[in-house]
Amino acid sequence: MSGSATITPLATFRNDSPYPFCPGCGHGVILNRLNEALVQLDLDPHEVVLVSDIGCSGLSDQYFATNAFHGLHGRSVTYACGIKLARPELTVVVIMGDGGTGIGGTHLLNAARRNIGVTVLVFNNFNFGMTGGQHSTTTPLAAVTSTTLAGNLERPLDICGTLAVNGAGFAYRGTSFDKHLSERIAEGIRSPGFAILDIWELCTAYYAPSNQLTGKALFGMLEELGLPVGVVGRNDVEDYGDAFRRAHPVVGKRAVPGLEPLEPGFEASLDKRFELAVAGSAGEKVRSAVRLAARAGILSGLRATQRDDYPITVQSGHSLSELILSPVPFAYSGMRKPDALLVLSEDGLKKAQGYLDAMGAEDRVFAIPGLRPQTRASLTIVDPRQAAVRVTRHNRSLVALAAMLSELDLFQFAALEAAAGLLAPAYRAACLEAILAGRALGAIDQ
Amino acid sequence: MREFTDGSTAIVRGALDAGCDFFAGYPITPASPILMMMMRELPPRGGIAIQGEDEIASIGMCIGAVMGGARAMTATSGPGISLYSENIGLAIMGEVPLVIVDVQRLGPATGGATTVGQGDVQFVRWATGGGYPIIALAPSSVPECYQLTLEAFRLAERFRCPVFLMTDKELNMTATTVDLEDYERARLGAGVGREKEPERSAEEPFEPYRYDPPEAVPPLVPYGDEHIVRFTGSTHDQRAFITKDPETVGRLNRHLRAKIDDNLEEIESVTADLEPGAETLWLSFGSTAGAMREAVGEARAKGRKVSALTVQSLWPVPENSIRAALETVSRIVVAELNHGQYRREIERLVASREWGCTVEGLHRVDGELIAPEQFLERLS
Ligand code: SF4
Repeated sequence: MSGSATITPLATFRNDSPYPFCPGCGHGVILNRLNEALVQLDLDPHEVVLVSDIGCSGLSDQYFATNAFHGLHGRSVTYACGIKLARPELTVVVIMGDGGTGIGGTHLLNAARRNIGVTVLVFNNFNFGMTGGQHSTTTPLAAVTSTTLAGNLERPLDICGTLAVNGAGFAYRGTSFDKHLSERIAEGIRSPGFAILDIWELCTAYYAPSNQLTGKALFGMLEELGLPVGVVGRNDVEDYGDAFRRAHPVVGKRAVPGLEPLEPGFEASLDKRFELAVAGSAGEKVRSAVRLAARAGILSGLRATQRDDYPITVQSGHSLSELILSPVPFAYSGMRKPDALLVLSEDGLKKAQGYLDAMGAEDRVFAIPGLRPQTRASLTIVDPRQAAVRVTRHNRSLVALAAMLSELDLFQFAALEAAAGLLAPAYRAACLEAILAGRALGAIDQ
Repeated sequence: MREFTDGSTAIVRGALDAGCDFFAGYPITPASPILMMMMRELPPRGGIAIQGEDEIASIGMCIGAVMGGARAMTATSGPGISLYSENIGLAIMGEVPLVIVDVQRLGPATGGATTVGQGDVQFVRWATGGGYPIIALAPSSVPECYQLTLEAFRLAERFRCPVFLMTDKELNMTATTVDLEDYERARLGAGVGREKEPERSAEEPFEPYRYDPPEAVPPLVPYGDEHIVRFTGSTHDQRAFITKDPETVGRLNRHLRAKIDDNLEEIESVTADLEPGAETLWLSFGSTAGAMREAVGEARAKGRKVSALTVQSLWPVPENSIRAALETVSRIVVAELNHGQYRREIERLVASREWGCTVEGLHRVDGELIAPEQFLERLS
């Protein structure tokens, strides 16, 4: 508890319950070292959260008088990161087995990479104890487990090496027998950023008897695998939470996101629902052009919806934008058949063919030269190249749409200018220029 | 004053006004706009927004953050709900207030990433093992996106459970015209208040999961405050120690069900537009209800009688309100962008009635919206 008066250091962070582990299991030993580390650090138990994974080691939190979080298999690191990000002053320690490093491997890797300030203790006994001695990501080659009856064929994961090379602030490999384990745990907790301690130990129920593993043999195994022990990695990096807060200074008042009030002040000639679609190519600002028209409609007292369709590739293929305008409120934003369609490219033409087929003589299609849309609707050609402005792929849609809107006369053209006037200063002038050039552009009836 | 906006923006505003200060999510169409807006809006307000390495990490971080005292939201679409599934179970068991936005798209699998659907209705209800109730709200307009986001936070806190906000691609990504007055900026009391812990004597130990009677909801006490707080996803006693004692376990699981199902009146939310003498009731939710309301106007303009019910609280099924509406008609048409998931619930309610009342479905699963004229076709 922040500000609480802890006068004498706590003698223990354990509660009265005895450990439930098998005789000789390394878990109790490591937990004792963790307890000593917490005592050394002189922490307030209110400020410590033990996050346990699943498996025998997942029971661990129940033997401590600290805060505890016992969640799902492999996900312990994600909960720990959430706690730490929300409450940076808390000491968050994760206890997981080697099983957790498989199912939760990506979380370990990404927490290390981000360097979120939690400490992860892997109780690594090379197999799943609780479920019957199955092999895990750390089972050595040729080892016999209940699921590697002919000897393990999978290369064991180098937890520390992997996490250290990807940015973990502190990485330690050792065993439950290490003399200075409690100091190393304390060091991990103290170090800023993410700390991983890969602690090798014996599962006396399964792995040790099946593979004649003894405490002594554990050290031989480390040597055989050529893995360094002790503090095997340090990265002098800022804790993610600190970096996050530094990168995002808190500002006092902030505008409501997305609120751009539009005050209707222009006249609309439209007296019924009108459906308009623009079919062009991605990357040609079709959507922005239609958005401007929608806002102009709203400034004219109309209701508008805009629905966009584009392939997931975003910058290639078609871009179809559907604008519905109506003098009365409406909720159905689906397009039945456009009353007017503007076709700006081959991609758009292909996408809009269904609409072209459905349109009738009373409808109007506008197209740039050369596209030849097949339709019963009356066809008008607009040629942005003739506009009195340099036409690029960024303003072509808007020039053509402005030409179309001046022909259709749905609302006063001044509303479109006013909508452009509301744009961010960086776009305003170019946008105004484009719509004025569009209006001046003669449309040719076909 | 009007604005041109979409459901994603309204949801973000609702979350900010509800005091949301933690967001974690993973990019997925059509929910990504919420992720991007929260990344932009939360940090300068002192909150945390983070993009997880996947959906599992995202919801996991949210759950952890809530236990750290945050008010958290995440947003995804159907494929992401699949990955949230196990942690939805954890949030139910650990009694974690959490708002999960499901911007539905056409499924199954990758389905139609940019195509509208309402196929997650039964999925969110039964998303996780064990079969315990959740709460799901479905806004049917942009202003409702705002209001029901506030309500989702309120219910999540009130019942300490995950609350789904079920929207869809159409509602979230189609820009529409909104009258600012429509938002009725109803701040729910003094924000979304956490209940104070009940009084207890000094000798009484703190119990993070104290529920007596079963439908009572224990207040959430986060880490780092005055109590040592335990949290667990295993069957547990009131102190959050793992137990298999049948009496304790049975009591816990009855509590998890009763706290939602036995408090239905507090959750129910529908908009009933019942016309005396109408024989047909149209029932819908989400963006489909928008088209339904338009069809109601068209039908009545033509002198046809029809009743309509928009369901905002999808889960638990608002049985009282739906029954009251069913009493008035002889025919119900349930409209939804799936094969009839909510229709099942209406059929269940109708089957429990003693007199006949037909239930029909109006469904689309081709990625297109149900149009008002499709409702009108079902009037005769
Ligand atoms: S099964 Fe193995 S890991 Fe589990 S308590 Fe027994 S010895 Fe320890």
